[in-house]
Amino acid sequence: MPQPAFIEIKNLSVGYTSRSDKSILVLRDVNLSITRGDSVGLVGESGSGKSTLALAAMGYFKRGLHVISGQIHFDGIDMLNIERNALQRLRGGRLALIPQNSGQSLTPNLRIGQQITEALRLHSNIPATDFHAGVIDLLSQVRLPDPVGLTDRYPHELSGGQQQRVAIAMALASNPEALLLDEPTTGLDVTTQAHIMELLRDLAKDRNLAMLYVSHDLGAIARVCNKVMVLYAGETVLTGSANQVLLSPRHPYAHGLLASIPRLNEASLPQALDGRPPMPSETITGCAFADRCKLADQTCRSSPPPLDHLESGETVRCFHHYQIGQLNRKPQKSAKSNPIATCKNSALSLSNLSVSYSQPGLFSKLFRSQDIPPSTVERITIDIKKGETLGLVGESGSGKSTILKTIAGMVPAQSGNIILNQTEPLDTMVEKRPAAYLRQVQIIFQNPDDSLNPRHTVAQILAQPLRLYYGLSGTPLRDRSIAILEQVRLGEHYLERLPSQLSGGEKQRVAIARAFAADPEIILCDEVTSALDVSVQAAVLDLLDALKRQDGTTYIFVSHDLAVVKAISDRVAVLYQGRICEIGPVAAVYSAPFHPYTDALIGAVLEPDPDVAPRLTADDVVELSPPKTGCQFQRRCPRKLGSICEINIPPAQEVAPGHIIHCHIPQGDL
Amino acid sequence: MTLSSASYQQEKGRLVPVMKDILARPSGRIGLTLVFLHILLALLSPSIAPYDYKLQNSALMLSPPSTEHWLGADHLGRDILSRTLMGGREALLVTGIATPLAVMWGGFIGILFGLVGGRVDEVLMRVVDAFLSLPWILKMLVLIVTFGTGIGVLIPTLTFFYGIPVIRVARAATHDIIARDFVWAAKARGHSRISIIWRELLPNVLDTLMVEGAMRWSWMLLAFSSLSFLGFGVSPPTPDWGLMISDARGFMSFAPWGVIAPVIGLSTLIIGINLSADALAKALGIDRAQKAPM
Repeated sequence: MPQPAFIEIKNLSVGYTSRSDKSILVLRDVNLSITRGDSVGLVGESGSGKSTLALAAMGYFKRGLHVISGQIHFDGIDMLNIERNALQRLRGGRLALIPQNSGQSLTPNLRIGQQITEALRLHSNIPATDFHAGVIDLLSQVRLPDPVGLTDRYPHELSGGQQQRVAIAMALASNPEALLLDEPTTGLDVTTQAHIMELLRDLAKDRNLAMLYVSHDLGAIARVCNKVMVLYAGETVLTGSANQVLLSPRHPYAHGLLASIPRLNEASLPQALDGRPPMPSETITGCAFADRCKLADQTCRSSPPPLDHLESGETVRCFHHYQIGQLNRKPQKSAKSNPIATCKNSALSLSNLSVSYSQPGLFSKLFRSQDIPPSTVERITIDIKKGETLGLVGESGSGKSTILKTIAGMVPAQSGNIILNQTEPLDTMVEKRPAAYLRQVQIIFQNPDDSLNPRHTVAQILAQPLRLYYGLSGTPLRDRSIAILEQVRLGEHYLERLPSQLSGGEKQRVAIARAFAADPEIILCDEVTSALDVSVQAAVLDLLDALKRQDGTTYIFVSHDLAVVKAISDRVAVLYQGRICEIGPVAAVYSAPFHPYTDALIGAVLEPDPDVAPRLTADDVVELSPPKTGCQFQRRCPRKLGSICEINIPPAQEVAPGHIIHCHIPQGDL
Repeated sequence: MTLSSASYQQEKGRLVPVMKDILARPSGRIGLTLVFLHILLALLSPSIAPYDYKLQNSALMLSPPSTEHWLGADHLGRDILSRTLMGGREALLVTGIATPLAVMWGGFIGILFGLVGGRVDEVLMRVVDAFLSLPWILKMLVLIVTFGTGIGVLIPTLTFFYGIPVIRVARAATHDIIARDFVWAAKARGHSRISIIWRELLPNVLDTLMVEGAMRWSWMLLAFSSLSFLGFGVSPPTPDWGLMISDARGFMSFAPWGVIAPVIGLSTLIIGINLSADALAKALGIDRAQKAPM
């Protein structure tokens, strides 16, 4: 006998009223039911309404949003017509939320113990004398080390992963029956994320929770959820079990979304999903996805498809779901089919580069009262060939962005040389570099919202490098700008737009266009896709690859995402605490023999496949500074040999031509 | 959030929607009407004032409002209505010139300090703090006593002292922007400091400066009137609200109309400016009170 639904959302439509008094729908006629023991994953691009739906389950709506129709029930309680006090008791009580950025949701001036005690006092029945024991019990349940010591710490003293665990402990304080998770691991490192996923999975099982998990990360969903619902433009387009949706999606959108995820077991670029989702304010006559769909025909554009209930238990909103087999999952072209690194000339050579952020004060300079802390980045020697793409991969704090900033001349190097085009070493500060060199190195930043001046139109943005390096103005300037825009697949009509009038993907294209406007030799890409949706990410990667083929540009591509780096790079360097662990051709680094850190990283990657479990080798401890002597990975290494790792710098072992591993473990055992 | 960004207009065409937004708010409508009326009066008052502002009539000395002299007469028997109508001319002229100048120099220096940063910025900001810690009236009186009164001294003095707090505001606004990637990108491309100030920083600081300028204007008006009140501003017989309040103060117990009329003139102008500044801040989306949760 099927269990009764614990959280039941029926025909929910939510919207806001625009300035021109138009009613605009954010969610359209959504049904969702979750029973205890179920964890439902809510998937969709940004703006698809997934967070709105999750918060609606708590009876909460962001300012300006209101329910247009529908019902929300939690264990039979009508959440839309409930007394304020009762609702307050439910929220954080039987129904707990774990928000996206827990670092911001913890009160900065309260100790961890006090915060959790407050949750216990408000939402549990345990007597006040047992609060301390309760707090320690909760902290150990979320597998935090040294729970007793932790109660006296402040949130800023914890790492992001630890903060997220504390947030989970607070949510568990009330012994909730349902958990709502809003992107709980976004922004965390791969290894940390994998550990938190395992924790959530176990908690859901042990406590028989009803869980609603919102994420854009299909890998995380695959690990935690047994059911998945895909939202597109505020509508349910596909529901089914995790296996059904993630392995054989019946809706073209879900299909495209899955195809756009770069995967570790594929050597090529993922397939981009073209176009963008409609804005909530646009009027949609037929299927909302029709403009981006390869199966769409005249019917799709004229009438909205109904939500079909299939025999397999899935529901699909598509006229052509039986034709889904026509969409091939194989990418049209393979990036690695013609390797470019034919040119043997060095484009950029870093020799023994080290960077230190610490500036000893006058006192310590005079009296040497303090030891000088180890450099943030040390012993970086890499030679990058013309036309090559070098991937730099590592967790936060691995020094990958610092290396890019040093190459760009924005962070001074402590020692070592940066040599461009086999000439004399470059000055470490950008102000002292000759203009001809400045043009040759350009950067693309992570977040286009931040790297494009919000007050400049696209024309003004592109004019900056064109004026500076080529002295263009008037019609030649405009013509060149249009040509560059067309290269990044944007049209002339974008020239007069402001960044706020562009989508995330379009903004990043403009940022790419600005970098290419200088016609540089080397482009430094700093996490260029991590602020974007997966489908947009695939398109941006595709664009970067095409431009490289056309111009023969050299890329240094920094990312924390191992699959993305694998898809775009020719050679990869794995960094930990500002030191190289392993460097070599992509195929060699991503297969045995591994450096223990590379092994831990690759093992922790969550694949969008419910049958694949991550291998967790190293702890998810976050180290703030590198060790003073020995191997950088000594404190977390699962295969540490002994004191040799603490004292001696690991030797560079060339395990294959061009594939170097810095480790004390003998070559044959790696 | 989505609402405001969706309706965001282009830089060139931004003036019109911002004006519309200001006028859509009661504070903006009332404020701008008051300011506009005052400017209009300042321009037209010489021709619409019913009497000569300096004509003395001993028979009318301190006479109460009547059908002939609607607001009565002052201690020299001059028509208060005529003098009140014209009493804002000097104040508007001086502050109208000094405010933009103060915002310009203070804004430029503030952005420069923010961009340079480091120790230079620290030291110079302490100098600014030292200046701000002195009572304003003292600083101004020192300069005015040294160089004498008159527009030629008042405008530079007000410009100088009212630019100093603008430095602080512009520097803070610059600090918000300086760490953003587009400034880094401009530095990495090798743009000059002037180009970074002009193209990257100024457009983003401008909103804050405009609102700050509007607020400074009303402060400056008060300062100007205070100086006149103390006898260091406009010299008699030129009509000025501050001076009129000062002159009529002694007779306030039995001839309050001599004080009330200029007070209404001055306060409506200041309220008008403050309401407009408030509406401007909201229209530009930099009103901090709006961002508070719930």
